Amino acid sequence: MSDKSQKIMVALAGQPNSGKSTIFNILTGARQHVANYPGVTVEKKTGSFRLQDDRVELVDLPGTHSLTSYTLEERIARDFLLNDKPAAVVDVLDASNLERNLYLTFQLAEMDISLVIDLNMIDVAEKRGIKIDTQKLSQELGAPVISTVGNKGKGKRRLKEAILSASKKRQAAHFRINYGDDLEPILDSLEKRLSEEMEISSRYPVRWLTVKLMENDEEAQKLVRKYSQKSGVILKLAEEKREAFKLEHKKSPQKVIAITRHQEAERIVEASVTRSKEITRTLTDRIDEVACSRYFGPVVLVATIYLIYELAIVQGYKITEYTWPLLAWSRDLIASLLPSEGFIFDPFFRSMPIWVVDGTIAVLNYVPIFLILFALIAILEDTGYMARMAFILDRIFRHFGLHGQSVLPMVIGGLYVGGCAIPGVLACRGMKDEKARLATILIVPLMNCLAKIPFYVLLIGMFFAAYKGIAMFFIATITIIIALSVAKLLNLTVLRKRLRAPFVMEMPPYHIPTTGGVLRRCLERTWLFVKKIITIVILVSVIVYALIYFPGISEERKAHFISQAEQAQKIFFKKTGKDNPYAGFMAGDNLMDFTRYWRDYKKAKMGAKGKKAKQAVEQGFREKNLEFFKIVKRGKYKVKGEMIKDKHAKKVYTAYKKLGKTTNKLRREIKEETIITSYMGRAGLFLEPLTRWAGFNWRVNIALMSSFAAKESSVATLGGIYQSPPGEKHRLEDRMKEKEKGWTALHVLAIMLFMAMYPPCIPTLLMIKVETGSIKWMLFATFYPIVLGSIIAVFIFTGGNLLGLSGMQAMFAFYILALIVLVLMGLIKREQEFA
Amino acid sequence: MTLDEIKPDQECEIVDTTSGGIMEQRLLDMGFIPGTRIKVVRNAPLVDPVEFLLKGYNISLRHSEAKQVEVTLL
Ligand SMILES: Nc1nc2c(ncn2[C@@H]2O[C@H](COP(=O)(O)OP(=O)(O)OP(=O)(O)O)[C@@H](O)[C@H]2O)c(=O)[nH]1
Ligand SMILES: [Mg+2]
Repeated sequence: MSDKSQKIMVALAGQPNSGKSTIFNILTGARQHVANYPGVTVEKKTGSFRLQDDRVELVDLPGTHSLTSYTLEERIARDFLLNDKPAAVVDVLDASNLERNLYLTFQLAEMDISLVIDLNMIDVAEKRGIKIDTQKLSQELGAPVISTVGNKGKGKRRLKEAILSASKKRQAAHFRINYGDDLEPILDSLEKRLSEEMEISSRYPVRWLTVKLMENDEEAQKLVRKYSQKSGVILKLAEEKREAFKLEHKKSPQKVIAITRHQEAERIVEASVTRSKEITRTLTDRIDEVACSRYFGPVVLVATIYLIYELAIVQGYKITEYTWPLLAWSRDLIASLLPSEGFIFDPFFRSMPIWVVDGTIAVLNYVPIFLILFALIAILEDTGYMARMAFILDRIFRHFGLHGQSVLPMVIGGLYVGGCAIPGVLACRGMKDEKARLATILIVPLMNCLAKIPFYVLLIGMFFAAYKGIAMFFIATITIIIALSVAKLLNLTVLRKRLRAPFVMEMPPYHIPTTGGVLRRCLERTWLFVKKIITIVILVSVIVYALIYFPGISEERKAHFISQAEQAQKIFFKKTGKDNPYAGFMAGDNLMDFTRYWRDYKKAKMGAKGKKAKQAVEQGFREKNLEFFKIVKRGKYKVKGEMIKDKHAKKVYTAYKKLGKTTNKLRREIKEETIITSYMGRAGLFLEPLTRWAGFNWRVNIALMSSFAAKESSVATLGGIYQSPPGEKHRLEDRMKEKEKGWTALHVLAIMLFMAMYPPCIPTLLMIKVETGSIKWMLFATFYPIVLGSIIAVFIFTGGNLLGLSGMQAMFAFYILALIVLVLMGLIKREQEFA
Repeated sequence: MTLDEIKPDQECEIVDTTSGGIMEQRLLDMGFIPGTRIKVVRNAPLVDPVEFLLKGYNISLRHSEAKQVEVTLL
């Protein structure tokens, strides 16, 4: 049966917010596939469902008010309808807004499409006292009309039936707008002329093409040029008729066409709709009275933003404390499957995979945050509050070439302290204004993402310990100040030629979001993210590993380290003594076994919290190897409930402790030497003469460069470079201070600001590539922050030194300067909006 | 007069749209056609943009955009 079944392509079209995606979900259930339309960032959602013997491929088109070729969404929806020629199109209408929705329906009908009219949100219409005579409407439009309540799943069966019969008939709706006595004759003659062109008239609906040519639609003109030999003649004819019409009627044809459509919609609504009550104040009105008011509006907005920050970033971060052990456990599991570690050198196939796994789980660690964030964004989108945010903030953001809608991505990216640029960039999706969208995408990475925070905390601890609060506030707010100025600068330069869209924004009525809808969207986006990011993270961390660990230390040095290790082992055996009963257990390969046992034991003991867990660890290791256990317990252990003091075991313990210290020291030295002699290390040294102006020495250079893969690693790399002397346990701040005696607060401030401007991490760059659809922007997003960060760091360090400023003075001076720049940037006049 | 001059809670009727190009097309698509009654609902907290009510739905424009719609006060 299945091989006989046909695939029927059906599209869902409709105005924004009419419930297309909701209808899509009830029709397809969970089977769906989300991707992007080729080359652009508009989501393409396809799914399929069975309809009797056939399989229906359903495509959710972007919501559009009209089908001109001015906006991306409209072009996509239109091209799909024209080129993929779906068997039927379900036009989803918001029944409570019938008149405006019909405006699009007419344009669909004009495209010779087999239409099914879905009167959705019938419940909302009823609540507003709007009663629609579906039979009359069906008559008027010449297409079947089904009423549905999408979020309740009402009308699903009838809708499916209608889809089936419409796609079988494949008959265009026989509705045709009469554009009036002035325009119709012109349309007629142009249509006749076009029908003579075989190729184009077989490809595209002729009436539609005629109307579009009269509307002076660029894409339609392109079609004519492409598929008609006589395109010159036809386009000239259309142009002449347009101009003649304009002269005679003092109105452009496109205006007359739009007006006629609206009038026709009005007529049909009058004929098929009865209103039982006149509602003057809806609930939405009453909410907006507060939510958009002069004084409460901003308060509500700030509260909302704060709530998002608190729930997703703060609480989400707390959740990661519970999910982290899970990730750590899987890391250990993978580690246990790899070749085991060596005495001082680990095999490549151990250290490399572990490095990669570490990098991957560092990103996976943020999944709980993403889940919450995406759910909150879905709620914001569904309720309709997003439009209000843009409404309230547009005035401020516009001065910097941004849009009211820029605020959400910035909050997610870490407007205050802690965020993540990846979902931040993703959240720029809904922005219609191409120029503002690009600017927002480019500045979101300047916000303070979660991974930068430990680095700040470390550096503030070094030199600004007395002013922790002020320093943190400085770094949290200076990034916004700089980002806004940067946005304006980009706007005046690289983005100068980009298209601006009119602000014209609908303020949809508030909706209560459905749990299913929110969950589905949040899981969908998180999954998309995880899939895309992980592959890239793995790839890049392999490369970074190679840069940090290769070419590796020379054979000579290797031999040197090995002989030192052997020397230490000899001392160990000598100290243990030949006649020690444990000597046999430590001989040969057993020493390596014991080393692993010792390391595992220490780690397990550290990880065990609480008395019970500690006891379990003891028991486990006792069972694993009793002789080794006696040694790690320093010879104090119980046999049949009696405490025993084992002199020999204690002796081995003491000797091994010495050996362990030596091997650890050797391992650290090897690591340091490896990093210094690696490609990355050489680059760090090579750059030192330049970076000295910013106060960075080669060690800082390495740490900063290695952060490129994931900023989480910056503190870890510093930890690797500034090893604590053997036997002493100092905090990293103190170790750095110890080693960098010459550092002043200016050094640290410069490093901190460089980190604030640090280029986006690889996953974010990947997201930028996806969202801008161009590698060029991705590269730009990589390099401009480096330039900017370097300028700022040099400015702080060299400038501060010249003026003899202290760290705090430099901080204040820079802050005030940045504020002045910001105000000046805001005052620069914006260019003319549109042509 | 033009739409940006109308104060909140006042009502007016559209006479014509004047901008041409993409802006005008957007306005026409959204129902800003001659003869339509339009009510100014409210200004944003920072005065710009403005929210309007026409044909039963709400829409916001910047002042600079509303300037391109000619109206008469009702
Ligand atoms: N009351 C009511 N709400 C509905 C109905 N159908 C959908 N909704 C809600 O309307 C909101 C918008 O629905 P969507 O399906 O996202 O609309 P859309 O047409 O896909 O919107 P865009 O993709 O932005 O064009 C959601 O919050 C839905 O839960 C309905 O029949 N009645
Ligand atoms: Mg949708």
